[in-house]
Amino acid sequence: MGKFKKKKREMGTISTASLPDIVFMLLFFFMVATVLRTEEEMVRVIRPEASEIYKIEKKHLIRYINIGPPQDTRYGTEPVIQLNDQFADVVQIRKWVKNERLTLAEAEQTKMWVSMKVDQDTKMGVVTDVKQELRKASALKVLYSANSRERTN
Amino acid sequence: MARREVPEINAGSMADIAFLLLIFWLVTTTIDSDEGVKRQLPPPLPPDMEEQEVKDGDVYNVRTNFRDELLVEKEMLSIHDLKDGAKDFLIATGTGLLHPERPNVELEDENMKYPERQWVKKTELIVLEQSFLASGQDKRAQKVRDKLKAIELFGSDYRELPGSALISLQTDRHTSYNLYLQVQNELEAAVNELRDELSFAKFNESYASLEERYGRTKEESLLEKIKAIRLVYPQRISEAEPRDASQGYY
Repeated sequence: MGKFKKKKREMGTISTASLPDIVFMLLFFFMVATVLRTEEEMVRVIRPEASEIYKIEKKHLIRYINIGPPQDTRYGTEPVIQLNDQFADVVQIRKWVKNERLTLAEAEQTKMWVSMKVDQDTKMGVVTDVKQELRKASALKVLYSANSRERTN
Repeated sequence: MARREVPEINAGSMADIAFLLLIFWLVTTTIDSDEGVKRQLPPPLPPDMEEQEVKDGDVYNVRTNFRDELLVEKEMLSIHDLKDGAKDFLIATGTGLLHPERPNVELEDENMKYPERQWVKKTELIVLEQSFLASGQDKRAQKVRDKLKAIELFGSDYRELPGSALISLQTDRHTSYNLYLQVQNELEAAVNELRDELSFAKFNESYASLEERYGRTKEESLLEKIKAIRLVYPQRISEAEPRDASQGYY
């Protein structure tokens, strides 16, 4: 019964030519989806969680104030304020707000948001001082940065 | 002349290059989400501001201390009960609140004083609008018109919180930021939940979805609904001016 001779089947090699395309797609997705961190974080911030989350659409209107213990323990463990790329004192905030406002287009200067990234274990004293300075500088739109969670019942 | 064959370039290593790029990107970037709890700070007070007197029942006092405890209306409260407490305060006396599932809030706590909601009546508003228009006070007339619109949308008169009713938050300097944010969050959740309830009852849609749709479409009719709900449940969370803990705080 030679008719039923088993044929040895060759497995065709799978073309890997499209693999780069797939990887590039992934790459582009990540490039679009992520925001480049423009400044170095010099303080350690563990963000608290909240349920009533608001997301700012126009990212270019946001300026950041980071408050937390310094990453580098040589600077101590007490919470410090970071503006742009350096540690700052509370009294510098008013000047900072003024300068940051000037970086925006004139029509948008009143729409500036200040996002406060504050470590959850920070005591309110520093935060209150910063808020008072922001009020004096008329930077009244504030976002307390937080991770989102479900509403509790 | 012999045609030269262009040799095919092996693209096998292309994937490796792309992977390298991808991994580099993954390592160097962080997904930085710009989300959080939104707040509008009050403008700085003029130095000659006098302290205003408010009715005892009109303010819902929330205080936090250095041990991260809450004192709400002079009683200790857990953070988990804060939302319900704030909701009771905002609903206050239930009649005229348009809530089918909350015909009347029972005032369980005798000591707790609630703000007196005042009727907003269509007949009175029409007269008011005329008088404002006659005297050229356009802004006030617009406010009255918003209220009339709300009555039209709800299909009945309603009661509004008095202007002096607010939730007041006072934070000690040694409270942790986490607790402060949780308090802010719960108070906002209280307002949002009430708005959702009312919105569902009247417009068959949650308030959050109304706002979301308005953000996308900018439809005028949605804005009117949003405004109407805000009139019944305004968000009035005020932060007290910071003061020294030693000044008769506890």
